[in-house]
Amino acid sequence: MTKTKLTRRSVMQTGAVAGAGLAVPTILTAGSHSGFANAPTGSSVTLGFNVPQSGPYADEGADELRAYKLAVEHLNGEGDGGMLQTFSSKALDGTGILGKKVEYVTGDTQTKPDAARASARSMIEKDGAIMITGGSSSGVAVAVQALCQEAGIIFMAGLTHSNDTTGKDKKANGFRHFFNSYMTGAALAPVLADRYGSDRKAYHLTADYNWGYTTEEAVRNSTEALGWETVAAVKTPLSQTDFSSYVAPVLNSGADVLVLNHYGGNMVNSLTSAVEFGLRAAQANGKNFEIVVPLYSRLMAKGAGKNVAGIFGTTGWHWSLENTAGSRYAGTNAFVKSFGEKYGFPPSQAAHTCYCQTLLYADAVQRGGSFNPCSVVEALEGFEFDGMGNGPTLYRAEDHQCIKDVLVVRGKENPANDFDLLELVDVTPAEAVTFDPAIFGGELGSCNPGA
Amino acid sequence: MDQIILQILNGLDKGSAYALIALGLTLIFGTLGVVNFAHGALFMLGAFCAITFSRILSLSKVVVDETQKDFLGNPLKVDVPYIYDWFGESAGQVLINWSVPLAILFAIPVMIIIGVVMERGLIKHFYKRPHADQILVTFGLAIVLQEIIKYYFGANQIPNPAPEAFIGSFDFGAAIGLKAGTIIYPYWRIVYFCFAMLLIGSVFAFLQFTTFGMVVRAGMADRETVELLGINIDKRFTIMFGVAAAVAGLAGVMYTPINPPNYHMGMDFLVISFVVVVVGGMGSLPGAVAAGLLLGILESFASMRQVIEALPGINQVVIYLAAIVILLTRPRGLMGRKGVMEE
Repeated sequence: MTKTKLTRRSVMQTGAVAGAGLAVPTILTAGSHSGFANAPTGSSVTLGFNVPQSGPYADEGADELRAYKLAVEHLNGEGDGGMLQTFSSKALDGTGILGKKVEYVTGDTQTKPDAARASARSMIEKDGAIMITGGSSSGVAVAVQALCQEAGIIFMAGLTHSNDTTGKDKKANGFRHFFNSYMTGAALAPVLADRYGSDRKAYHLTADYNWGYTTEEAVRNSTEALGWETVAAVKTPLSQTDFSSYVAPVLNSGADVLVLNHYGGNMVNSLTSAVEFGLRAAQANGKNFEIVVPLYSRLMAKGAGKNVAGIFGTTGWHWSLENTAGSRYAGTNAFVKSFGEKYGFPPSQAAHTCYCQTLLYADAVQRGGSFNPCSVVEALEGFEFDGMGNGPTLYRAEDHQCIKDVLVVRGKENPANDFDLLELVDVTPAEAVTFDPAIFGGELGSCNPGA
Repeated sequence: MDQIILQILNGLDKGSAYALIALGLTLIFGTLGVVNFAHGALFMLGAFCAITFSRILSLSKVVVDETQKDFLGNPLKVDVPYIYDWFGESAGQVLINWSVPLAILFAIPVMIIIGVVMERGLIKHFYKRPHADQILVTFGLAIVLQEIIKYYFGANQIPNPAPEAFIGSFDFGAAIGLKAGTIIYPYWRIVYFCFAMLLIGSVFAFLQFTTFGMVVRAGMADRETVELLGINIDKRFTIMFGVAAAVAGLAGVMYTPINPPNYHMGMDFLVISFVVVVVGGMGSLPGAVAAGLLLGILESFASMRQVIEALPGINQVVIYLAAIVILLTRPRGLMGRKGVMEE
């Protein structure tokens, strides 16, 4: 039996080696032997679904997660295949991705950038996720996108609408299928001018954070270009719950349109106050007073109940789109059928964009023949596709933003049920909402494979 | 002029919600000496009593309507409330339409029971512990209650409209001789303000004019002497905790048509309500009411566009600025008593 002799020198040497080993970020070493981070080695590949499972957007997060699970089923050849039946690219065959079975891990963003980064980091480092997707907030999307860029992982954004995600904060490893504030303004303004005339005076109430600013700017620019005047724009604290003191003065301000640049709980509360204060029934400048909500979410509109009736806004997708607007939007019914039969109710726009992003990522890997992020970036940049419910769509190379049609909707006067809240008013074609990617600044940089 | 009247009305309305919550908070503090951070959660639970009551009234059987299709193209399943079978369709619709005021009858016993269980089951074990411990345990309880509500009702807001008779607005301007249409104020907010004043008046009357109230007030002033007289003051204080819970709960019930409730609404009011209690004077019931209304009005004025343009950001800090000024000039708050929280 030998006895190990510990000396001060040996302890220090061992400690120094161990310390150096620990100091090397695991992110740089995890699965990087194939030339990129988290290269799958076994018979399966892991995707990371990072959605709000707690906090104010938990219901949207739950719907996103349902869609992700459905997408995984379809990729693995289970169920009826959903949009794989209608997707214009036929690279995916229901045998997983590049023959590897798709598995997933989930994280909770809590709708907080710090928590979202921590859960994404954990999925990348501990679970070996090859791609991160999800989010129901622009702040979260921008933060997680930056993390994925550093880590050499692809980020497929969920519901994020701020111009910044693919504007000044864009990254080469990040991609957004959902539309943005600019596209909302461009789609909405002509419809508003058509319905309400070009001689209108608008009063904006704007949520005091990044998304609010970009949305107000987009709607102001688009409506002013068509002849509207902006009487006032008031920032409201994000934590505000009772908007009565902001809404009450609107009627005597000289305005005849109120634009609520609010989302989620802010939107529900400010719209409820505006209707309560009689703005829907009021007259101003000899015209009917109107209210506009630039970004609608069906899940959240439910909270405002009958108050959404007759109010215009935009949305990325709606479950009734193919039935109301025709076969250009093929894929919608296939997705609604899969989702509806599995869960018993139609999917939200958040569920739709998340489902599409998963399929689009899998398809890009399949077409590129590799999980290497740089191969995925190459396959997605400039990729034109159809059959995913939005009509012909382009994943633009310059900013990784999907360019597609935008839906202008209006709250239904007499909804038949909780899902039937919005009616389609118009579809603004992609050409009309296309913008110069340079206007928002920012640099994509180059793709990072993480090794 | 019309803008000023409008913001005073707004402030009174907003302040009446603050006052109701702060009244319960200060009642609990004055009787049991507990800093109850779960009081906002009681306000939220009250709102969900209204939602639950509305759902009970709307409990339905499913009838398949072959003439209509659902989103998958299957025959539409229509929900028909049982209440239509019991009372007839028109009477059933009236009951569902009036569910918010009727929910008061449901919420009073439920909230008193919740309050008493909360006090006997958890909070009484913390009477002799430092205020920091009381804050931690009640804050933890608030989070637990929130999560339970979120589990059962989801995270999104749930609409619960006022009876149709109260939907719409009152032309206040025309009523006081100003130009018609200049001061429009929603009927339900007027109802809320009147209800709050009535409830506050009832609590004061209960404490002032009943033997029970007299004993409670005596206990608040000198607990030991009251106990030496052979009165079980603990039992009365427990009941007062239930009463405070019911006051917060009723404030929540009537608030649901103003803002559709979600699990987080209690937290939104909690911090402001504590500021109201401190500004009003710890343990002072009239102080809580006066401070609630005062801060509500100040908040409303600070939200005016002209004020925000002159002082950007003032709408977010005005309540705290006012608290600083009042505490610097009157360290015990507006109507604070000597000796409370000063040991």
